[in-house]
Amino acid sequence: MPRRTVYEAKVEFVQILDEDGGFDEKLGKDLISDEQVVALYEHMVTCRELDEIAFKLQRSGRMGTFPQNKGQEAAAIGTAHALIKGTDWLVPCYRENAALFMHGLPMHYILLHWMGDERGNEIPPGVNITPLCIPIGTHMLHAAGIAYASKLRNEGRVVATFFGDGATSEGDFHEAMNFASVFQAPIVFLCQNNQWAISVPRESQTASETFAQKAIAYGMPGTQVDGNDLFGVYKVVKEAVDRARDGGGPSLIEAVTYRLGDHTTADDARRYRDQAELDAWLAKDPLIRLRKYLETNDLWDDQMQTELDEKAKVIVREVVKTAEGIESPATEDLFNYTFANLPDGIITQRDTLRTASIGQNPAQIGLRTQRQNA
Amino acid sequence: MANLTLVQSINLALAQEMEADDSIVLLGEDIGINGGVFRVTDGLQKRFGNDRVIDTPLAESGIMGFSVGLAMAGMKPIPEIQFEGFLGPAYDQLVNHAARFRTRTRGALTVPLTVRVPVGGGIHAPELHSDSPEAIYAHHPGLKVVMPATPYDAKGLLISAIRDPDPVVFFEPKRVYRSFREEVPEDEYTIEIGKAKVVSEGTDLTVVTWGASLFQCLEALDELPEDISVELIDLRSIYPFDAEAIIESVRKTGRCVVVHEAPLTAGFGAEISSQIQEHCFLYLEAPVQRVAGFDTVMPYYKLELDYLPEAPRIKSAIEECMAY
Repeated sequence: MPRRTVYEAKVEFVQILDEDGGFDEKLGKDLISDEQVVALYEHMVTCRELDEIAFKLQRSGRMGTFPQNKGQEAAAIGTAHALIKGTDWLVPCYRENAALFMHGLPMHYILLHWMGDERGNEIPPGVNITPLCIPIGTHMLHAAGIAYASKLRNEGRVVATFFGDGATSEGDFHEAMNFASVFQAPIVFLCQNNQWAISVPRESQTASETFAQKAIAYGMPGTQVDGNDLFGVYKVVKEAVDRARDGGGPSLIEAVTYRLGDHTTADDARRYRDQAELDAWLAKDPLIRLRKYLETNDLWDDQMQTELDEKAKVIVREVVKTAEGIESPATEDLFNYTFANLPDGIITQRDTLRTASIGQNPAQIGLRTQRQNA
Repeated sequence: MANLTLVQSINLALAQEMEADDSIVLLGEDIGINGGVFRVTDGLQKRFGNDRVIDTPLAESGIMGFSVGLAMAGMKPIPEIQFEGFLGPAYDQLVNHAARFRTRTRGALTVPLTVRVPVGGGIHAPELHSDSPEAIYAHHPGLKVVMPATPYDAKGLLISAIRDPDPVVFFEPKRVYRSFREEVPEDEYTIEIGKAKVVSEGTDLTVVTWGASLFQCLEALDELPEDISVELIDLRSIYPFDAEAIIESVRKTGRCVVVHEAPLTAGFGAEISSQIQEHCFLYLEAPVQRVAGFDTVMPYYKLELDYLPEAPRIKSAIEECMAY
């Protein structure tokens, strides 16, 4: 038999709550309690409010560039809900703020970060999160390393790392997937396929039919899920997390979602994408879908929504106030964290705020005359 | 006390530190059963197990980025990059991540890793196995860079690097790996990062060098007329570096020749020369001279000794500087 099949694979797509509010009882029954779904919806609405206010802060000159998260909240929240706060790690890029807040990052930290203050990355002790990662895909290797450390020390921690469709083109994506799989590290790679990497559409990013199938090449399970479906995301991530915790190694999950905003506030997506496409995805907004589910199940009504909207505004107003109330860092902060023990050269630069050597040592002024007189 | 080569003293330091601190893991290409292509990690996997001496897939960015993750999770990784020419793929992870985490998280997440890298020419190696990129890494805030030239210094500096709370690039001059032996104490000791060593004292001219060039300088000094008294300084640490030792010496001698394998332009000799100009201006009897690699691509090995700052070029520079 000179030719035979040496490998076959399949990639599943999972959806539990569809965009019309239809619910797959078989997959979704008792998956998340009613009480938890309500709490997660409330969190989702609060995060959306923060996202919209952050956009306005940038537009009114009170904050720098900001990448809106809106439209991708279900992928973030579904993933974070499947992990254990304080034990597991989240290694984000920058479009999953909702997940970070669930695992203990104070909301104003995100604003501080985009207000140009490193203290927004000063993750509080006990919060297992790495800071937002601006370069694309590099953090996946950190996630794999953190996961392997957990395995080496039998800590039982699982890592989830978020990245976009564009990141799968980076070499570090491949190296992270390969390292994680070779070392069977307890990690979930969560690809938020939001269809656009700034202006480059998904079909220009890869010739693969799905991002999930990239898992096959690394010998790990790959699953595609409706990323705007909180239940679907939670289910597939939970399965992957449980498998990882049990020593089953890494998984790749492609959450199919959509970037409802521009890439960042410095971008104008109207230059490259059709309004019709955006409109179609606006109808699939995870907030609309989850609210439909809650209403269908008599867990929600207009009155509760009005109260939640008001509550979210109050929370976010407070967050903005906190962030804006923090004084600018001291100038010396720019020196003090370069090393644990600062070399003399940096200390001199800090203490004199000069790089010019004569200014650093005023005793040198007039030195020639002093020497001639001596 | 044992008579050890550079390779053996590094191996000893790694073993002793691993014995003392079980958060240390080694990782790299071929470092396990093979003991690394230069055998620096020989026997360590057998002794400490596959979990602590880890053969990785062949991917330098992967090795470095994975090490950053291990370090942030509380381990002390010691990655090996097989040759300095392959640091390129790891550059992003080293410079843009390892070096910056302390600053960008205000100390909440730190990266105490030591990356070991064989460096420099002179061993008839293939392409991209002979470069000297120390100035590139010294230029990046958040990284420390050392390059010991002797077995004794290698052990002490490696232990300091491993115990340092920040990322350290530990360059190992491969031309010296097995070129000679010296007495290395069995007990652990440290050599402070940032401290130079005065190899020989002198009064007429200061020679500052590091890495394998130390031995070309010694050869040149042997050839000099006896009435020229040279102070030879082995910098050992490239960043932070011992400006004070250099300044003190040049204020005494009034003349300085800096010798390094890396290309002249924007090499670390330029920084040293600038420091001397700023701090020894009124003491100088001659312009600071640099004897360095040429501003060319490091050649294949048939021409490598024409490229490298060998003893005759160093001797000429010293004599010319004396005659200025």
